[in-house]
Amino acid sequence: MRGFLSTIWNTKGLARWILLGGAVVTVVFLVFALFAPWIAPFDFNQTRDASGAKFPKLQSPSSAHWLGTNDQFFDIFSRVVWGARTALEVVVISVLVAALIGLPLGLVSGFVGGWVDRVLVFVMDALYTIPSLLLAIIFAFLLRDALGGSIVAVALALAAIYVPQYYRVVRSTTVSARESTYIEAARAIGAKPTTIIRKYLFGNVVQSVPVIGTLNAADALGTLAALGFLGLGIQPTEASEWGYDLSRALDDAQAGVWWPALWPGLAIILLITALTLVGEGLNETLNPALRRRRLLPVRFPARAAPQDPPEIAETAK
Amino acid sequence: MPTKPDQGARTPAARAENVLDVNDLAVHFQLQGGALSRLLGLKSRSVKAVDGVTLTLRRGEVLGLVGESGSGKTTLGRALLGLVPATGGSITYHGRERGDRLVSQMRGAELRRLRTDLQMVFQDPHAALNPSMTMEVAIGHPLVIHGIASGAELRQRVEEALERVGLSPVERFLGKYPSDLSGGQKQRAVIARAIILQPEVLVADEPVSMLDMSVRAKILQLMLDLKRDLGLTYVYITHDLATAKYFCDRIAIMYLGRVVEIGATDEIFAHPRHPYTKALLKAIPEPDPDKQVPRDLPRGEIPDAAEPPLGCAFHPRCPEAVAGCGWESRDLRALLEEHWTRKVEAYDDELELIGDLDGLSTPSTTAKLGSGGAGAVRALLDRIRTESPDEPLWRGVTGIDPAGNGVEVHFRPADAPALRRAGSVDVACVLYPEVPGAGS
Amino acid sequence: MMDLIDDQAAPVVPSDPVLEVRDLRVWYGTERGPVRAVDGVSFDLHEGEILGVVGESGCGKSTLGRGLIGLLPDGSSRDGTLRFRGTDMLALRPKEQHAMRGRDLGMIFQEPLTRLNPLMRISEHFAETLKTHDRSISKAEIERRSLEALRVMGIPPTRYHAYPHEFSGGMRQRLMIALTLVLRPAFVVADEPTTALDVLVEAQIIRILHDLRTNYRTALLLITHNLGIVAEACDRVAVMYAGEIVEIGAAREVFSHPQHPYTRELLRSTISLSTTGLNYIDGAPPDLVEPPSGCHFHPRCPDAMKICAARHPVSRMHAGGSLASCWAADVRAGILATVPAAELEPLPREEIGVADEA
Repeated sequence: MRGFLSTIWNTKGLARWILLGGAVVTVVFLVFALFAPWIAPFDFNQTRDASGAKFPKLQSPSSAHWLGTNDQFFDIFSRVVWGARTALEVVVISVLVAALIGLPLGLVSGFVGGWVDRVLVFVMDALYTIPSLLLAIIFAFLLRDALGGSIVAVALALAAIYVPQYYRVVRSTTVSARESTYIEAARAIGAKPTTIIRKYLFGNVVQSVPVIGTLNAADALGTLAALGFLGLGIQPTEASEWGYDLSRALDDAQAGVWWPALWPGLAIILLITALTLVGEGLNETLNPALRRRRLLPVRFPARAAPQDPPEIAETAK
Repeated sequence: MPTKPDQGARTPAARAENVLDVNDLAVHFQLQGGALSRLLGLKSRSVKAVDGVTLTLRRGEVLGLVGESGSGKTTLGRALLGLVPATGGSITYHGRERGDRLVSQMRGAELRRLRTDLQMVFQDPHAALNPSMTMEVAIGHPLVIHGIASGAELRQRVEEALERVGLSPVERFLGKYPSDLSGGQKQRAVIARAIILQPEVLVADEPVSMLDMSVRAKILQLMLDLKRDLGLTYVYITHDLATAKYFCDRIAIMYLGRVVEIGATDEIFAHPRHPYTKALLKAIPEPDPDKQVPRDLPRGEIPDAAEPPLGCAFHPRCPEAVAGCGWESRDLRALLEEHWTRKVEAYDDELELIGDLDGLSTPSTTAKLGSGGAGAVRALLDRIRTESPDEPLWRGVTGIDPAGNGVEVHFRPADAPALRRAGSVDVACVLYPEVPGAGS
Repeated sequence: MMDLIDDQAAPVVPSDPVLEVRDLRVWYGTERGPVRAVDGVSFDLHEGEILGVVGESGCGKSTLGRGLIGLLPDGSSRDGTLRFRGTDMLALRPKEQHAMRGRDLGMIFQEPLTRLNPLMRISEHFAETLKTHDRSISKAEIERRSLEALRVMGIPPTRYHAYPHEFSGGMRQRLMIALTLVLRPAFVVADEPTTALDVLVEAQIIRILHDLRTNYRTALLLITHNLGIVAEACDRVAVMYAGEIVEIGAAREVFSHPQHPYTRELLRSTISLSTTGLNYIDGAPPDLVEPPSGCHFHPRCPDAMKICAARHPVSRMHAGGSLASCWAADVRAGILATVPAAELEPLPREEIGVADEA
């Protein structure tokens, strides 16, 4: 990460603005997620106020309920804020798990080669060919018995989609790094294969992970919403989830009740866009092939006066 | 002023002591064919990177392995450390402490332990350092790997090594990453990492060729100082005869996987015997204002090691080639192409007469060519011969017989010459035949 | 320079130079300020003449070469006078400059393979190059000119329809030279053309470049770090340090009587077959954003005087005809009589450690 921030700062033009714009929106949602209990006026599954009076159903935005309420008597603003927390939890767990599985597999596969590599490539390619939503649905079904419709179950189902991506990227960088001189130098000082993987390959291969991580995060968010929309995601009693809220609100939207659909939908779109922007921005900044450094125009100063002092000039014939 | 180490200082007893014995070493690589040939199960070709090399490394000397790219010098250097496996022959290491060991048969942990005795310096110092390791970690890592030092002792030994290679004040360098250092500094760091294990032998693969000329001399001086202070033995791999002349006690000139000439540096430079050695010496651009662009140099380039020329590998380029050098079909093809390069206007007509050239690409001492009638092809060959009667290829032709629509050219078969004693050096060239009763 | 031109060629009338460079500056903009990669360079280059440019890495050799052709990266600017056959190139519009490249100004690079399209046959490369500058050229004419260029480079006509990867390293470089010369540019920059090649092949390429004057009457700027190549192949040599030409003159003269201490030390630090002791220049070339005051070489110079740190030396003609910018050389020539003696005292040398090594 050395020089990481200065690299970002020195990036020229569009990439920098993409990165900044995406980061600002992402940070807003991060704040929502981290401070949900303080920001949201109500709990995600609260249907009565402090006095015990039930919230009105499908109420349009008002001073009591800033974004209105939905058909389940929930306060929409609170649901959106709590939804950010759910999204964050799922995305973080799924991306971490995917990276934790995909990265070592890619490293070993790329470094060891041979039949280990062939088998892994075959399995990962097979997984990769299945459409990601379908794969997530399959895993969600499989995990449902063991873990129920919990956040962890959905996160693990999502992680399964992304393992092949980390595996592929890490494996290909490992294969090219394996031939580099510093790996041979490590062998020449007597390093064991495990030492070479841990100390020489890992640090140089891991650099590609943040970019895939953010891009996967955006994708994971979309898939999470899709699962919720199909009713295969997190159970509404477990946590607030935008996709589920969106699917509930669709019928009412046709009747002109727009607010229950608008806000969760907007949240999904905004956060996905923001994460994609961060990912693309990081890619352009960190990838030397795409990076453009900030250049300043050159202004030539006027020609310096002859530095030759007169007395010397005269003696010089 | 730094001077060359006194060569006379070595006693005869020390002279006899060998650190490494390489005997008939072969390193062949299997080429991975294309996807199609693998699918079809075709036999893969092999490259003989090192082929039948026998030499010794004497304790305390600098042995130069000199040659162009593709000569096998780097592969030989790597094989000495066991970084590439030997496919034939043997390498014996006569360790000061642990006695004789066969490097060529070592595997795994045993091979890794060997690295405390044999170390390597690489050509590109930037690529040889892990970009995400600081100098302190990178240089101390060999000690950590072999469990030799840790904690305060580790740091102290890293500082000593840095100090020894001239990277001082050490505090300034301990926390630096490779990208923070200049080329010369990085090569010093690579050398520090190599000597921290206190090895006996250092294989230096073109240690100065990627550096700026103003620091080359400094790094070579450092290596000479280290050799003197630590009692090292060097294998110096280079394509640069000028540094080899200054730096090495003995030199092995390599061409296409074989040693073609080996002997004391002074003798080789004073009386080069192999035509390849002579050509290399003539080709070096010297900063001497009186030297002219050399004109009588070998043509062509180093051939494909997967299909080396028959006979002596250097014969197609050799200015002194004779009848028994191993002339063959591909040489005839090269001759025709050279002829057409000079006479572009005749190319179209004559190519029609000769027909397909691809038949000449398979190595053979019988070359079949021509599609325009035996007489016409024969006449064309005779014409080409009269144009340049000194062309050595013709000396190797034993007969030209009509065959079908063309002719068959027969060449005198020959084996690759072996290293033979000539004066005080060994040369592999037909011009230096075995002298009966001369002893070895 | 007349006597250096091969006498096989047509008699040479002392003509205007092909290239006139006056006080050329090529700077790159960075956040820290402009990098003065080329800072006030002047020289002439005549038809059929080979000028070698030498110096350590980071002294502006390559930037000079690219600056003359106009192949510069974003963020760089040129200033000064650059006349090609009398036309001021810096005053031309980018489109006009572009049209001159290839036709009038050629460039030969270090890595030939990266400049050739792997999917195009050699014949197609030639056709494309020739058609870019002459749309109406006939097929027969393309083949005639291409084969002629290949002949001069010693490439057999059997290879005319081959792909770049079918050629060896030396052949590719010859091919690159043939592709550059098929348009018969009057001025060619060769930037380290042999660095990636083996000794024997290098010698072949140097011979080819050296023969360009007879075959094509090209004016050649040969950039190299190899002083041996310059000694053998060049008529004149320019020694660059920190973006400036510190010494320029006939190659024979500069190598046998170097005026500038940098030239002298560079020659001494080169390891050649006649080397009997190792010499080197301490320190590294300076940061070109803030070059040292006075003479840029003074911190590394063994002959530095007090005046060297204070005032930039003036380029002067010395006995033997070479131009050098060096106060010490001026003192030797006896042309600094009126400078106070205190100015000419040796400059106390700052310690240069490995920490500043190149």
